[in-house]
Amino acid sequence: MRTIIPVENSDTLAAVRGFLKRLLEADVVDALLVPMETPSGTITPALVADPDLLDAANPLAPVMGLNAARVAGHVSIREPRGRIGVVLRPCELRALVELVKLKQASLDDMVTIGVDCLGTYDVAVYNAMRANPSAGSGQAGVDVRALWATAQSGELAPQEGYAFRDACQMCERPHVEEADITLELFGADLTTGVPVTLPDEVAEKLGLTPAPALQAGDDQRAEVVEKVVAARTQVRDARFAEMRQRLEQEGIEGVFAACVRCHNCMTVCPLCYCKTCLFKSPTFEHEPTQYMNWARRKGAYRLPADTMLFHLTRLNHMVLSCVGCGMCTSDCPSELPVGVVFRTIGQQVQEVFDYVPGRSVEEPLPLVTFREDEWMEVGGE
Amino acid sequence: MAETGFEPKIVAFLCNWCTYTGADLAGTSRIQYPPSVRIIRVMCSGSVDPTYVLKPLLDGADGVLIGGCWPGDCHYQSGNYKARRRVIALKEILKNAGFDEERVWLRWISASEGGRFAETVTKMTEFLREKGPNPMRRKWAV
Repeated sequence: MRTIIPVENSDTLAAVRGFLKRLLEADVVDALLVPMETPSGTITPALVADPDLLDAANPLAPVMGLNAARVAGHVSIREPRGRIGVVLRPCELRALVELVKLKQASLDDMVTIGVDCLGTYDVAVYNAMRANPSAGSGQAGVDVRALWATAQSGELAPQEGYAFRDACQMCERPHVEEADITLELFGADLTTGVPVTLPDEVAEKLGLTPAPALQAGDDQRAEVVEKVVAARTQVRDARFAEMRQRLEQEGIEGVFAACVRCHNCMTVCPLCYCKTCLFKSPTFEHEPTQYMNWARRKGAYRLPADTMLFHLTRLNHMVLSCVGCGMCTSDCPSELPVGVVFRTIGQQVQEVFDYVPGRSVEEPLPLVTFREDEWMEVGGE
Repeated sequence: MAETGFEPKIVAFLCNWCTYTGADLAGTSRIQYPPSVRIIRVMCSGSVDPTYVLKPLLDGADGVLIGGCWPGDCHYQSGNYKARRRVIALKEILKNAGFDEERVWLRWISASEGGRFAETVTKMTEFLREKGPNPMRRKWAV
């Protein structure tokens, strides 16, 4: 069912908080995993069981410090568990789909609540904005109202003087594609209401009825989404072309030359789930004489060793599932374009297997499935 | 730009049930093939993680050969089908990351195909000799 959450006094956030509260009060779920404002004003996901605390919920805050699909996995992976509503951005929803297929999360007893994404800032940028109260209205320094206004037109833009996270700038899937409940920001006048699509039985529990006004405005969202996707795709393709050229010219060892092997990209990747990563295992702790041998053979040997091996292995293990959330780029101390590399190469490899990460839990992961009658020419030469 | 006297080095991951036994047969049948190949026996071509292939390539091996059972013959039913997809992904990644993916070969060689094993190593050696040494051999900053 599609309806509208009414907004009073142009306070969109209060309306969304009210809606989330009702989900707990009406016993739709036992708890909500939702971005919360800490007392110091930063944003973090939290599992909220007390509806009163949802006054601090802020799923509209334009900041992304981590991909919450990871923690959605932690709270759902095995029984017994509660019924949990998870409030996620589109890239987090896609990561969740991949994690379910990797058996690192479960959709059983889970209600996914997707929120269209208008763009996010890195934590450091967001904090700088908050510390600069001259810039905007509403929350000190962050002009959320101006940002929300972009939802209706689809002219997504960051606040003047700041830039969205690199991954967001080239994100061509900022709209919720599949979720149990969708808060449809695109195409909506968020000062008056937030359109929401939800299952009939949930609507019934919440006491919501279909909004007739919405039926006519149906295409509004589709139209705006189309516009946003087109604009973002253009940016994305330009980035891809640029990166392809770099990879051709300098190779991956050129692009990642400044890597310090901190493993941040691996730690923040929502899909890099191995409990003991090969690269944190003793496998790569070599004997001193081994390093000496390598140094003698090549004349010099980069240390820490196996840096390109690390990135190429991660590409092989992860790239087919890469949902483009760009946390790797956001958290790289050397400011390497990790996410762009993954997306650029990912596009090629995903195309080979006709696989779109995060599209559906029904589609098997390309490397765990096969058909006998495919690539028959390979291996027989 | 083949260097004079350049002899390629090939690291081969051969499945225990088919290709390794095939290589054995090549030996017991006294079939001659170049001494360029260093064989590592694995239980299944499906057990070859991309890292196994990447490590020698980055350290300067001129080629990596993965040998498995013909489709339909896998001792574990489907290991070779999975290996096939994994190698296809690996080669696509190598190509896009600026490496020469032609240095990686996947071949189905059965336990009775000693001749095919010798032929494959001969062909691969010639192919790599033509190509020249793996540039990674000289690159220290990787």
